[in-house]
Amino acid sequence: MIAAAAGIALCLLALSVAATAMRGLTAASAAVYAASAVFCLALALVGIWTLATQADASAMTVPVGLPWLGAHLRLDALSAVFLVILGTGGVSASVFAIGYGRHEHEPHRVLPFFPGFLAAMTLVLLADDAFTFLVSWEVMSLLSWALVLTHHRDEATRTAGYLYLVMAGFGTMVLLLAFGLMAGAEGGYDFAAIRAVTRSPGLAALVLALMMVGAGSKAGLMPLHVWLPVAHPAAPSHVSALMSGVMTKVALYGFVRVAFDLVGPVPWWMSVPMIVIGAVTAVMGILFANVDGDGKRVLAYSTIENIGVIFAAFGLSLAFRANGMGPLAALALTAGLVHAVNHMLFKSLLFMVAGAVLNATGRRDLDGLGGLIHRMPKTAFLALVGATAIAALPPLNGFVSEWLLFQAVLQSPQLPQPGLQFLVPAAGALLALAAALAAACFVRFYGVIFLGRPRSDVARNAADSDGWSLAAMGGLALLCVLAGIVPGFLIDLVAPAVELAVGARVPMQAGNSWFTVVPVAEVRSSYSGFLVMTFIAISGGASAWLVHRLASRRLRRAPAWDCGFPNADPVTQYGGGSFAQPIRRVMAPVLAARETVTIPPPGDMAAARHRARTEDLAWTRIYLPLVTAVGFVARRFNALQFLTIRRYLGLVFGSLILLLTGLTIWN
Amino acid sequence: MHGLEFDIAHLLAGSLVLVSFMMIYQDRIYALLNTFALQAVLLALAVAWQAWIQEAHHLYASAALALVFKGVIVPWALHRIVQRLGIHREVETVAGVVPTMLAGMGLVALSILLMLQLTAAAENPLAREDLAFALSVILLGMLMMVTRRNAVTQVVGFMSLENGLILAAAGAQGMPLVVEISVAFSVLIAMIVVGVFLFRIRERFDSVDLESLDEFRGERR
Repeated sequence: MIAAAAGIALCLLALSVAATAMRGLTAASAAVYAASAVFCLALALVGIWTLATQADASAMTVPVGLPWLGAHLRLDALSAVFLVILGTGGVSASVFAIGYGRHEHEPHRVLPFFPGFLAAMTLVLLADDAFTFLVSWEVMSLLSWALVLTHHRDEATRTAGYLYLVMAGFGTMVLLLAFGLMAGAEGGYDFAAIRAVTRSPGLAALVLALMMVGAGSKAGLMPLHVWLPVAHPAAPSHVSALMSGVMTKVALYGFVRVAFDLVGPVPWWMSVPMIVIGAVTAVMGILFANVDGDGKRVLAYSTIENIGVIFAAFGLSLAFRANGMGPLAALALTAGLVHAVNHMLFKSLLFMVAGAVLNATGRRDLDGLGGLIHRMPKTAFLALVGATAIAALPPLNGFVSEWLLFQAVLQSPQLPQPGLQFLVPAAGALLALAAALAAACFVRFYGVIFLGRPRSDVARNAADSDGWSLAAMGGLALLCVLAGIVPGFLIDLVAPAVELAVGARVPMQAGNSWFTVVPVAEVRSSYSGFLVMTFIAISGGASAWLVHRLASRRLRRAPAWDCGFPNADPVTQYGGGSFAQPIRRVMAPVLAARETVTIPPPGDMAAARHRARTEDLAWTRIYLPLVTAVGFVARRFNALQFLTIRRYLGLVFGSLILLLTGLTIWN
Repeated sequence: MHGLEFDIAHLLAGSLVLVSFMMIYQDRIYALLNTFALQAVLLALAVAWQAWIQEAHHLYASAALALVFKGVIVPWALHRIVQRLGIHREVETVAGVVPTMLAGMGLVALSILLMLQLTAAAENPLAREDLAFALSVILLGMLMMVTRRNAVTQVVGFMSLENGLILAAAGAQGMPLVVEISVAFSVLIAMIVVGVFLFRIRERFDSVDLESLDEFRGERR
């Protein structure tokens, strides 16, 4: 199977080159995206086939890269799970782009990079030595950077691109350190060699901490998240969908591969920072999503939240595994992996919705939209499915994975360490808070964009999306519903990967009646999305029938209740800022929220102004001082550029003497 | 290893270091060039002696190269350059002689301490001493480059540094001749390039004092 997967990656790379050659063709856009869709479908099928047949890991060595080493590739269950995520996300983004890409003014800024980006992500998943992994990782970063810069004439996009490039370079450097530590002095960069080494707990913890920084900066863990809410929205929407839905998962794959597979046993206390950072990231991410006024940025912040949730699940799984509690470790890891799949589904869907709205209206700010449910009914329906799923409402898929995670959290009293016994429920409370805030966030997102009355002319005259875009969104929405009502299939699908990582698995779900999910034992807890769906359908249908039967069937349109205020301007509606206000006020210290009200003196006819601002404390407290410090040091060292020849020689001489003296003393 | 063979090798390498010291305090250019030629001759002798005691015949070629290029051609060419530039009367040192000599002694002490420590495991005492002397010559050459401001004397410092490299190469058994030939040629080419540059600098600034270059770049020192 590995040959098939590697072949597809090669085809995608070739497609990248071909796209460069197709400069003049008008049909180039559709052709490239259609081909990408086919290749991604094949990738997803390879992943599903590997998982469904529980095939053994297959490996191959390609004679490219470092001489005598080559590129080692390997496909096992863990790669396969993420290959399914990549394939599904890739198919939907490509199909969406067939329609969406027509509106792109300069399609050749996207076309050559898009298939290459997919190929690089595939190679990260398939890599079986540190060299291939890091090179693919860096290629993935660079190509996504090029995609972020598509609309490079916009100043904000250039800033976002620069920030992304800096953070990506930093992340890769930290990963390099982590792999260097794992390879040790012998320098076995093959994953098989890395796996074979036994490490001290301290070294394993250090490697894991480095991985948290390296992979976490790509996935969006606080406080390394600052690039994500500016870079993800800056890209074209199908690329945003890929970056948020898939690339963050590839980053998580890197972490899981190291934490659960390569590094060996990890001490239990290493799970503490993971759980804490995961929970804090979740809450902070969704708080920012709640107060931000830009639709795509809201989605990007929500990605940070979901990454936090998944990361906390991984931390919990490590805690259980370190204590030899295999089935519970499997439960937590299953929750994390299923949530990763689910997040890919609904976040891609929602970014596509944002893209469709952007195409129809040209606006991303919530307060310029409104009432689109009348203009874009199909998109509005699909957006509702996505919003319900991400708000973790049953019977959709978001609920399933969050429920699994809370099942794992509820088992935490079985942990022997008192610290964890206290910490895990507290983190669970934070995660519950995050879930509730996510619901609030997507009520706001959906309500302000699609409900009410249009707040601008462009919103008044919007038209629904094209068939390709609707097909892509519809497919994702269907998968969201399916994964919600028959989640057992998904859980069974990721089970081989879980077994590979923690050596245990949750019970087989396929035989349960009514598609019920039983994560631990029937007496403890069970959930059936199918029954909930049936109940909702029956009770909802019955109520609708009763209402229409007993009350009037007539559809009425009347002016909304206006509080006795005759000016019914759409601006007076409850807007994005109004929805955010309670949370902004309550959470003012963590959001650094400030409100200023300017009221002109009596007699002055000028408008009164209310201005609300929030800022990211990570940015102002960590990054800005860092930037200032770097600038200061750089200005100081600038003098080094203008020395005399003799002083340069003197510098070389002096440092040589210093090193030699150091060597003498050290010996 | 006979006592006499060892002593003679020691003597030759030691006199290379001694000549390096002599070069540091020469403030006349012709005298400096003559001292440099003397060092090259000593180097040729040292290498030839190594060839004799190691029975490594290719080292004779190295010795001959050192004698011809560094003992004759390079000093002669530099003589001509100095003559044509008309700077043979110039006297220049940057730091005083005493501090420079003291710094040089420190460097020799450092290199001997370091090398004898590092090579403590090696059973060949000759190679150890040789390496220590070679490092001293290299460091003294660098010291000379740092303390001089005339371009010609800097070139001489560089060549003397390179003498140290050859001494090290000769002392270490098994260094192929190809390396030395390439080093010798690269030094020769470097000298030609530097010579051309000297004339160009001279044409433009009427001086080969490197400080006029710095002044031209508009910098303070």
